[in-house]
Amino acid sequence: MIHKYKMNNYNIVVDVNSGAVHIVDDIAFDILDCIGEEIDEFPSREIIECLLNKYNRSELMDTYDELYELYKDGQIFFEDVYEEFANITENTPIKAMCLNVAHDCNLRCEYCFASKGDFGKGRILMSLETGKKAIDFLIKNSGNRHNLELDFFGGEPLMNFDVVKKIVEYARSIEKKYNKNFRFTITTNGLLLTDEIIDFINSEMSNVVLSLDGRKEINDLLRVTPNKKGCYDIIVPKYQKLVESRKDKDYYVRGTFTKHNLDFANDIIHMADLGFKNISIEPVVSDPKLDYSIREEDLKRVFEEYENIAKEIIERKKSGKSFNFFHFIIDLEQGPCAIKRLRGCGCGNEYVAVTPHGDIFPCHQFVGYDNWKIGNLNEETFDYKMKDKFSKTNIYSKQDCKKCWAKFYCSGGCNANNMQYEGDILKSHKIACELEKKRVECAIMINAALS
Amino acid sequence: MKHIKTLNKATLKESAAKGGCGECQASCQSACKTSCTVANQKCEK
Repeated sequence: MIHKYKMNNYNIVVDVNSGAVHIVDDIAFDILDCIGEEIDEFPSREIIECLLNKYNRSELMDTYDELYELYKDGQIFFEDVYEEFANITENTPIKAMCLNVAHDCNLRCEYCFASKGDFGKGRILMSLETGKKAIDFLIKNSGNRHNLELDFFGGEPLMNFDVVKKIVEYARSIEKKYNKNFRFTITTNGLLLTDEIIDFINSEMSNVVLSLDGRKEINDLLRVTPNKKGCYDIIVPKYQKLVESRKDKDYYVRGTFTKHNLDFANDIIHMADLGFKNISIEPVVSDPKLDYSIREEDLKRVFEEYENIAKEIIERKKSGKSFNFFHFIIDLEQGPCAIKRLRGCGCGNEYVAVTPHGDIFPCHQFVGYDNWKIGNLNEETFDYKMKDKFSKTNIYSKQDCKKCWAKFYCSGGCNANNMQYEGDILKSHKIACELEKKRVECAIMINAALS
Repeated sequence: MKHIKTLNKATLKESAAKGGCGECQASCQSACKTSCTVANQKCEK
């Protein structure tokens, strides 16, 4: 299977199953329209004759020969040999956990998937006792995995900062005993950042996600305090201070775009101009009936905006003033192994989320959907049948993914999105798919432009 | 080649035989919490 497309004056051919990416001229691009999934040593008369009105016979033959060389070398129309590896993903240890240390928040963002912080279940902070049980659960269920990851999330995790500190201290105190290496991350809205907290985050967190939607008027439209005031002026100086003192450690400034800012490239550029080098902006996940939701009719405009970001990155890269956009970072030389690519995010199988009540869910996006509860730390319950169900979610068990050109880049999409929009974790959510395919096309085009 | 420029060495098949150790970063922990994509991650081997 191949995928071919034109973008920014490049003709790009992605060979899905080998991972090879080719930039081709117009002749090769057109010849590929005339051949099937195999290339014979010599072209059929039909292939040549259908293009003789555009190109001469000699250049058609030369180009065909080059395509045949690629085919012989396994770099175009390579077969899909990976389905046999899909069962490797079953019964894997749990290696990552999202710890919702606060089902409470000091903002009331209109689009919050956590129902403005409490997941619709009442405001509550996690106790240290539950946090320790979560660490113990993760270690116990992690098998031979050495690297374990814990993301402090919410709500706003800094509303429970003392417990965050003590959980980190507890995990560090026992990790060597069990031959584990904890990597901590935290997602924050920034309001409660102080010098002390910044020092702690920069010392202990291997990655930090800082929420900001971009331009002041955009950020303050939906990211508001309980008394409806914007937060841009409070958080931006704190983020700049945190990032400056963080040196080379990972961070992302991460926003959400909605129907209100379909020109979100301007928000990304604004964040880059504030001095942030690692930026992510995501489409809102919301009820399609809400006025700010992204709908199918918005896709054309969103696609244009992704291309605008890609072109901006290329220009800035050439002038040495670039920034990283999360979805456009693709390592074409290696990247993740094929097993990881067909397995996807691992939600419900190697990744779980834990609430302040000790409830365990397949991931942070499933929290609040009680019929997807997978266990409880305090009751010492865990539904291994549900884990097994999630372990079987991969690009071969999702029928739309199996035949999709982007399957080894997207890895099957988001199970929670599938559940929320389509009612089935194995049924792909069309808008999310289209957005991801466009982002992959842009990411590959950037590689082409900078090659 | 005159008509085709290949951007990368195709290593997907090779990685299937060698990969699957599971020590890489969980994709959900990366940057966004809504689009837990895999392609932009690194192998830690």
